[in-house]
Order: sequence, then C-alpha cells, then structure tokens
Amino acid sequence: MNPHLVLPLIIPLATAMILFVTGRRGNRAAVIGLIGFAGLFGAGVSLLIRVASSGIMATGPGNWSAPYGITLVADNLSALMVAITGLMGLMVFIYSLYGEMRGNDDGGFYALFHVLLMGVCGAFLAGDIFNLYVWFEVMLIASFVLLARGRSRLEMIASVKYVVMNLVSSGIFLIGIGLLYAKVGSLNMADIAVKLSESEADARLVLSTGMLFLVAFGIKAAVFPLYFWLPSSYHAPPLAVSAIFSALLTKVGVYSLIRTFTLIFNQDQAFSSRLLLVIAGLTMVMGGLGAIAQTDIRRILSFHIISQIGYMIMGLALMTPLGIAGAMLHMVHNIIVKTNLFLISGIIAHHGRGAYRIEQLGGLYRHKPLLALLFLVPAFSLAGFPPLSGFFTKYLLIQAGLETRSWLISGIALAVAMLTLVSMTKIWNHAFWKRAPETFEPMKTPVRLWLPAATLASLSVSIGLAAEPIFEFGRQTAGQLLEPEGYIEAVLGGR
Amino acid sequence: MKKPSLLLEMAARRQTPVLLIVSLWVLFRGHNHPGGGFIGGLLAAGGLGFYSLTYGPKATRRYMRIDPIRLIGIGCLTALGAGLMGWLGGLPFLTGIWTDLPLIGKVGTPLLFDIGVYLTVIGAAVSMLHAFEEA
Repeated sequence: MNPHLVLPLIIPLATAMILFVTGRRGNRAAVIGLIGFAGLFGAGVSLLIRVASSGIMATGPGNWSAPYGITLVADNLSALMVAITGLMGLMVFIYSLYGEMRGNDDGGFYALFHVLLMGVCGAFLAGDIFNLYVWFEVMLIASFVLLARGRSRLEMIASVKYVVMNLVSSGIFLIGIGLLYAKVGSLNMADIAVKLSESEADARLVLSTGMLFLVAFGIKAAVFPLYFWLPSSYHAPPLAVSAIFSALLTKVGVYSLIRTFTLIFNQDQAFSSRLLLVIAGLTMVMGGLGAIAQTDIRRILSFHIISQIGYMIMGLALMTPLGIAGAMLHMVHNIIVKTNLFLISGIIAHHGRGAYRIEQLGGLYRHKPLLALLFLVPAFSLAGFPPLSGFFTKYLLIQAGLETRSWLISGIALAVAMLTLVSMTKIWNHAFWKRAPETFEPMKTPVRLWLPAATLASLSVSIGLAAEPIFEFGRQTAGQLLEPEGYIEAVLGGR
Repeated sequence: MKKPSLLLEMAARRQTPVLLIVSLWVLFRGHNHPGGGFIGGLLAAGGLGFYSLTYGPKATRRYMRIDPIRLIGIGCLTALGAGLMGWLGGLPFLTGIWTDLPLIGKVGTPLLFDIGVYLTVIGAAVSMLHAFEEA
C-alpha cells in the first residue's frame, strides 16, 4: 500500500490534532507546527519524485476500489501542487513565528494553519468530485476562522464578504455535482469521463453543467467578473494569513478548472475555449488596472493575484500542450513569487512601523539596500524579466497564444505585463526611493522574516535558470492532462 | 452566576449521567442499527449542555475533567489511529480490521473510528456552547 498519497493528508491532520491536545500556543506548539510542515514538505517532495519516476498513482482508502469508493489520485500536476503547498506552508510558518502571530494569538493559529493545508492537499489529490467538494469545505472553514480571528472591524467586514462569496460558490458547485450525478450516475472523475465519452448525450447538455462548475471555481479562483471579493478581503488579516491565502486558495480554484475542463468537460472545446479566453483577457486587464489604482501594498498585490490568474486561465483556454504546460508552470511560479512579495511587504511594513500605505513609507533603498534587492527579484519576476521564473512562464504562454493565432490574447498578455511593471514601480518609488519619513529609524530585519523571503527569491531565480528540465516536466504534465487515458487507466485500471 | 432553580439543578444532576449512558448505548449499537459516533456524541453533548446551562461552563469543565477542545484532538487522533491500523497491516488507509473477542463478539477498527468521532463531536459541540455562554 503506498503511503505517498495519504501522508500529505495525515501529517497536517495529526499535527493539528496533537496541537489541540498538547496546547495550542507557546514555543512547544511552534516546534510541533514546524515539524509538521517539514514533514508535509518532505511527503510532498517524495510524492513528486515517485510520480515523476513511475507515473500516475491512485489509491482507494478503505480498500474500496474505484468507482465505488473515494479515490485519491496523483498525477504530475497534483503531485507538484502538493509539494509546493508543503513548501509554502513551511516558509510562511517560519515567517509567522515572528511577531504578530505570537503577540495576539488566542491559540488557534498553528492548528488552523495545518487544517487549511490539509484541505488544500486534499483538493489536489481528490479523484472524486464530491470528495473535492468536501476538501473545499475543509479548506474554507479553516480559512473563515483564520480570517476572522483578529475580531477587528476591518477583519469582520472582510470575512463577511469572503464567507458570503465562498458559500455561494460552494452552493453552485454542489448543484453542479448533483446535476452531473443525475446525468452520469457516478462521482468518480475518471469514471465520469469514461461514461461521458461513451454516452450519446448532447455535448451542450453536459457543458451546461460544466458552466456551473466554471462559475463555482471561477469565484474561488477570482476570475472576471467574480473577483471583487478578493481585494476586499485579502488585506485585512495578519500578513502570514494573507500570504498563505494568496499563495494557495485561488490556485485551488485554477487547479479544479484545469482538472475538470481537461478531464470531464472536454466535449465542446471550441465553445469553452472561446469563453475561457474572454474571461482570461478581461481578468488580466481588470487585475492589472486595479493594481495601478491602489495605494496599499497588500491591495496592489491582491489585484496582481487576479491578473496572474488571468494568465493561467489563458493557458487552459488555449488547450494546446504548450498552453497547459504554461498554465501549470505559471501557477507554480506565481505561488512562489506572490507569497514572496507578500512576505516582503510584511518586512517593509516592519520597517515602516506597521504601515502598508505606500505614501507613509520611504527611504528603504538608502537604509536597507539588501531588502531592495530582495524586493526586486520577485517584482521583476512577476513582471516577467529574464532570467527569472516569470519570464519563462509568460514566454511559454505567449508562445502558445501565437502558435494558435490568438493574437488578441497574446497582445493583452504582453500589455498586462507592462501594467504589472508600472504598479511594481509604484511600490518601488514610494517605499524605496522616496526620502524616508521623519519618524524612520533603521533597525535590523529578524532572520525569521528574511530567511523565507530569500529562499523563495532564490527559488524564483533557479526556476528561471533551470528552465529546460522544468519545461520538460511541464510538457509531460500537459500530455497527461490532454490525453486523460493514462489518468483513467490509473484510477479504474484495477477493475 | 445566578443560582439556578432547584428543579433545574436536581434535573440536571440526574439527567446528565443518564444521557451520557444512553449516548454510549447509541454509540455501540451504531454498527448495525441506527446510531453511531456522531449521533451518540450529540446526545452526550446535549446532556453536558444541559449541565452547562444549569451550572455554567466552569462547572461543566470540572465535571468533564478535560478541556473540551483537547477532547477534539483526542477524538480525531483516535479516529486517525483507527485508519492507520489497517494501513500498518499492509492494507489501504482506513481499511477495517476485525477480530473475534470472547464474550464481546466481533470488534474492529470501525468501532474505534466511531469512538473517535464520538469524542470529537462531544468536544466540538461543548466548546461551541461554551463559546456562546462565555461571550
């Protein structure tokens, strides 16, 4: 029985529960939490290595084989996402050990953080559409509590928006599952794919259900026109919470879109592809323009999440191997870089005495040159400068767009990269180049703050430098996704 | 807190143990009959909630002898352990393992899992109730 698929779920659950039993605050809890995340990262990496070397893996917990029992499946995409989830958990957790999470903690943070990541890993590994819904709920409940923990007015307003939108999304998702089950009589994704390909049903009928999934996942992924909840909630909680939310939650939505639209709703590709392209283009533009209008660093970054989601949807919409590979690699790049930027904005605010508004900041280039360098790496990477990771993934996406003669979307993708650069320059001008405010006193950056940020920055550089093998992996993944026979075989093969 | 009425006080003191015993019975019959860990846990939490409405959260925690939040952790770990047992025996995670015991009959890891659910539900329901009472 292979442990690789189950460990990413067991480790965070066990850690959270041990924290419930042994006490949820203080140094001991921090050490237990750290061990848990190190274990999760290790489990994710070992899963990735196994999947990369021996192909797609599936298992049925409780010895119920598919399609009767719940299945956990890991293909390249899932395994990579689980590994990166573990890494982000570890990095953000190290960051959270400093300051704000310890000062006003009522004890729930460490345990909830693990529950959140269990939900995320579960969503990546679920091979059953209803199970995917359950993991979404695990993730959402943990995130509701994390968002509302501080009980300040700002956090409460943000939580209400977040909770309402996500509950609507869950409701639509559930209706979609119900309709799909009524049509197909199965919940296992591989089994649904087989049954749909065998059935004579009208493709439009199936796709009408697919549109419910598109709306449900679209809300989670914050695509146009359903993104408005994201910038109005992500700036409210403590920085470590914003960072992990921005790293993972929207990407679970994108992952689910990729999974369902490559595996299940692939009958009328021309229609869904056109729709997704429109959504992708508008998402990029609105996110990019929104970012320029903001003055709070965290809100600028929140709008960037949206515009970057547009790129991922663009890759999916093109439905070519290059496009899918680009979408997946862009997702990985974006998780790393966006988390990094959030962590760095926390360091900036640390030096600015808690200020996130750019007009209150300044002087960091003069007093903290290394911090300025650290900011430039992810900022340029996000905007797509060579040789950083963002250049490479955007290049793939635009290349895929040009190959399919989708001139407009490729043009938009290029233009939005410029918009990104403009708003990054805005942060740079204010926080780094402007004269320091009168009250500014230089102080040291604690190692727990800069270590995770520096690790992620070096990762972004190394992805850009090691583009060749990573691209190869991306192409292999795209092959798995676009020809789902291997996936179906791995899930239902033992029948 | 205000002294509760004598009737409520007497009822709570006698009814809570009865409900706890009934909840255990529901838990154990749950394998082949209606019942099980979740509903048993809710019944037990109902009894403890009654006690807590009468005597207050502090007295309830004394009565339970354990912090309800800690009980959530213990319950989940018990259920997880039940899942891991089949796994350590070489079967997939969560596979049930059964053995025949003299006098008691067939017992297996699903029962252990149910006990875990029972404890988790008690812990969660009681701590939610306490959060309301103490707010």
